[in-house]
This record gives sequence, structure tokens and C-alpha cells, in this order.
Amino acid sequence: MRVVLAEDLFLLRDGLVRLLEAHDFEIAAAVETGPELSRALAGLEPDVAVVDVRLPPTHTDEGLQCALEARRARPGLPVLVLSQHVEQLYARELLADGTGGVGYLLKDRVFDAEQFVDAVRRVAAGGTVMDPQVIQQLLSRRAAADRPLERLTPRELEVLELMAQGRTNAAIAGRLVVTERAIAKHTANIFAKLSLEVSDDDNRRVLAVLAYLDHGR
Amino acid sequence: MDIDTKSSGVGTSTGQGRAPARGVALAAVRGLALVPICLIGSVLCFCLTLVSVALVPIGIGLVTTPWVLTGVRAFADRRRLLAVEWGGVRIPRAYRPLPKDANPWARTFGMLRDPATWRDFRWLPVDMTAGTVTALLAFALPLYPLEGFAIAAGLWRVLPDGYWYGFVRVTDQVSALYAAGLGAVVLLAALWLTPRLLHAHFRLTGAVLGSGQGELAERVRVLTETRRDAVDTSAAELRRIERDLHDGAQARLVAMGMDLGTIETLLEKNPEKARELLAQARRSSAEALTELRELVRGIHPPVLAERGLGDAVRALALRMPVETEVAVDLPGRAEAPVEAAAYFAVSEVLTNAVKHSGADRIWIDVHHAEGALRIAVTDDGKGGAAVAAGSGLAGVERRLGTFDGVMAVGSPAGGPTMVTMEIPCALS
Repeated sequence: MRVVLAEDLFLLRDGLVRLLEAHDFEIAAAVETGPELSRALAGLEPDVAVVDVRLPPTHTDEGLQCALEARRARPGLPVLVLSQHVEQLYARELLADGTGGVGYLLKDRVFDAEQFVDAVRRVAAGGTVMDPQVIQQLLSRRAAADRPLERLTPRELEVLELMAQGRTNAAIAGRLVVTERAIAKHTANIFAKLSLEVSDDDNRRVLAVLAYLDHGR
Repeated sequence: MDIDTKSSGVGTSTGQGRAPARGVALAAVRGLALVPICLIGSVLCFCLTLVSVALVPIGIGLVTTPWVLTGVRAFADRRRLLAVEWGGVRIPRAYRPLPKDANPWARTFGMLRDPATWRDFRWLPVDMTAGTVTALLAFALPLYPLEGFAIAAGLWRVLPDGYWYGFVRVTDQVSALYAAGLGAVVLLAALWLTPRLLHAHFRLTGAVLGSGQGELAERVRVLTETRRDAVDTSAAELRRIERDLHDGAQARLVAMGMDLGTIETLLEKNPEKARELLAQARRSSAEALTELRELVRGIHPPVLAERGLGDAVRALALRMPVETEVAVDLPGRAEAPVEAAAYFAVSEVLTNAVKHSGADRIWIDVHHAEGALRIAVTDDGKGGAAVAAGSGLAGVERRLGTFDGVMAVGSPAGGPTMVTMEIPCALS
């Protein structure tokens, strides 16, 4: 799997390169500025891009803008965005086109190599991965004004949170140490209570949940 | 008889019934009140100042002068107050601040070096002459005609023969009627003149007592205050940041280093324990990062650095537990300090609204017009918000003051509450 990596801090870039190579990824390019990233994304046709939000020369959200632009040029291009802080605003922009293949994580998640690599793979496969912090914010905000959420059992809330982060039923089952069948039942209940359309496609499901949490539909 | 009709015609010709009459009466009474104040106060202040300053060379003046000059200033302040209350004339006050514990020598010469002291001193003789006369005229003009009418009504009989009323020599009933006629003319004049005389008195006070530099001095005073505020807040901020770093991230990193040291020694002997400590070290580093993130957000929110004020406010709104709508119209970006001040002001106002108003909707409008950033935060809560001392809103006001910004709170009981802020700035 070919990866384009954009990160301006040498130490972190180097660490990410070694981490990904250790997990059998091929690093197509490891760049440190916005323009370099744009060229790499356009020219190298990677399977997945791992991008830091803030890049030189402007040190604004150049990385995010380059990623969004590349996805406009090539819809569905898998992009995993890393940042020192997560903002719902950015999450919305990444999710806006609704095609999946998007990830948005805190840089700290790199500490847990297994989880991080798993996230890269899921994004590359067209899934959606959201940082637990974003989900927490969405949940707490919705919970303040939302009747349907109140009707969920604590266990269902747990499942909803993991589902919103973009995990599959199998992963959630592993996480909560229950059978996959139990999780399937939970998800069916959740979708019924939130009156969402049930779908077999994992990613469509995640996007529906995220849209619900973000806008209340 | 026709005089009567004439005088009654005066009342109606002004077309406002008794209102001007009451205004004139009020002005007259105020004029009367001012006369003794002007005369006694000014003469006293003037003489005391002269004597006190004259006694400076022999030392007594050093003790008395600060007292006397403080008294003069109090007197002048009193008159400034009257000018605003009675005449609507604002006279700026621009005394240099004096150190509280300065010795008499420094106080005396500090006061004597202040141009405002000499303005006060110049004003006293003007006040005891022209000031007194204008005040006295304001009082006497509406009163004088009454004597004329009294003379016509029969007072002329008991007056000494050849009594002068104005320029009329009263000898008999006919000339007494002339006196009444003159009184009526004076009364007519008084109706128009009296309020203007009183106003002229205050204008005179303002002209001599206020200085052309008053505005400038006022501005300097405001700048001094806001600068002190800015320095204070930034010093407090730095202290807070230092403490947070010291007790938070720094302490955690130290603990992590210790854990790593222990792991090194345990690797061979007790790998199980080492693994445990490794997990702990990783937790510590994650916690340190979380703390640093919070700290950074408090110093300068990353979204603000990356996107500017509009999106930073949008991101802020997304974090609110209350439905918040944001409308932004900014063609460019303001300077970073202004952006930060505006952001934290909005943040504080929002926090306030969420905490106290019980609103279920908030609207934020940010735009730039006429060289100023204008922000309005409206909520449909229960109202009753006030900029009380020590409240969050007062802090916002101070913070904006550093940038010559202003804040207005409209919050009737029952709501809605609207907080508007304006910060002069250019967009790039």
C-alpha cells in the first residue's frame, strides 16, 4: 500500500515513516510543505495520504486545504488528517462530500501503533475514522438537547460512540468483549431509536450516525 | 389696563404655556444660588492660594499649599459638576496624578508645575467678576420687572419723589405706568435671556477652566489606564501559564523520565514490571499532551491561528451546548492581537449566556464596517445581564478597552439579551 506523508516536524515525520514501513506500507513520499504535498498527491497517485493540518510555508491549515483540494480533483482519495487539536469545524469539512475514505485524528493517537495503523488501513479501504474527542464533543452537545439520545441505554451509547468513530461491528465486539451478534442487535436498536435508515455498508452507517450527531437528523 | 393684556400676551406668545416660565424661574433660582458660591468661593480660594504660595519661601507654604490647592480643585470640580447638571456643559478635568505618599515639597511643586493649577488660578478672578455678574443677571432680570409692576400698582406713593426705575423717573401714576411698561419689556427680555445668561455663565467657566488640551489629557488618562490594565492582565496570564506548565505538563514529563529510567533497569530483571511502567509512561505523555492542548487553547486557539476570527467563532459555536447560529462577513483578517481579543470576548460572552441566561438559541454576527470590527451576540434568554464589577462582562470590557474597543449590553428583564462589541481596526 503506497502512502504519501506530510508532516513538517522532522522527528515526527521520521517516526511515522518508520512506523508505517514496519507495518508493510510503502512510503511513496514524505514531504514537509503544502506545495510539495499538492505535487505528491497529484503526481504519485497514492493509496492513502497521511497529512498534518498545519504545514509550512503559511503555518495555517494548509495541509487540510491541500487534502480537500486533492479530494475534489480525485473524489474518494483516502486521506487521514492528523492534528494537535481536533475541531468539529474541520471534521465537517472533511465529511462534507460524503464519499468516505476520510480520517481525522489527534496526533497523540500515533502512540498506539496498532490502533493508528488500523485507522490508516480503514481509511485506505474507504472507511471513515473520527477521533474519539470529536465524537465526545458531538455527543455531549447533542445530549444537552436531544430526546432520542436519552432513550439509549448506557451500553447502546457506548456502542454508538465506537460506531461513530468508524469501527466495524467486529471491532466493537472485540472492544466490549461481547459477540458480534450482540453488537448487531445493539446497532439495530440504536438505528431504530434514532430513526435512521439501516444500511449494510459499514461506512454509510458511520456517516449516517455522524450526520445525526452533527445536525440532529 | 392694556399693560395687563400685554403681559398676559407674553405668556401665550411663547406658545408653550407655563413651561418657559418655569424654565426661567429655575434658571433664576440657580443664578441666585450661584452668586454666593462664585463670590465667596472664588474670593476665598483666590486669596488662600495667593497667601499660601507667597508663604512657600518661608516653609509654611509647603505645608499649606497642597491643602489649599486640593481645596481649589474640589471647588472647581464642584463647579464642573454644576456645569454639567445645570447647563449641560462638559468641562474636562485634567489634573496630573500625584503620588499619595509624596513629601510636602514634592507635592507642592508637583502641583505648582501642573498647568491645570494655573488654569484654576486664572479662572478664580474671572469667576468672581464675570461669573458672578452673569449669574446675578440671570437671577435679577426676571425679578426686576416685578418692582416695576409694584410701582404701577401704587408703590410709587411711598417711594421718595423722583425715584429712578431703570431710566424712568417715577413722580406720579402716569410715570409709574411707564415704569410698569419698562418692566414688561424687561420681563420679555428676561424670558429669552435668563436661561441663556446662565448657560453663558457655564460656558465662561468652561472656556477658562477647561483647556484646549483637556481632550488630549483625557485621552492620555484613558490610555494610561488601559495600558495598565493590559500589562496587568498579560502579567496575570503569564503567571497562570507558568503555573499550569510547572504543575502540569512539566511535572508529568519529570515523572515520565523517572519511569523510563526505572524501565531501563528493570528490562533485564523484570520485563513484566517494565511493561507495566511503559504503559504508565505512555499514559503520562498522553496526559501531558492533553494539558498542553488545553493550555494552548487558552493562550491562542489553534483555529484562530489557522483560519482567523470568523472560523474560530464558528468552531466556538460548534462547541456550545446551546444551538448557536453564526453569521460572519469579514473581507480580510484583523491583526492577531485584535483577533485574539475579539475571540476571547465572544467566548466570554457566550459562556455567560450559556451559564446564566437559560437561552435555547444564540445568534452571533461578526462584520466589519466603518473601520471597526462589530460583533453582536444575541440570546433569547431571560435577560437581566449587567456589567457588574468583577463579572465576566466587566473583564471583557477591560480587555476590549486596550484596543479602544467598546461594549454595550442591552438586557431587559425577560430578554432578549444583546451584547454588542466594537473594536476599531483595519483588515488586511
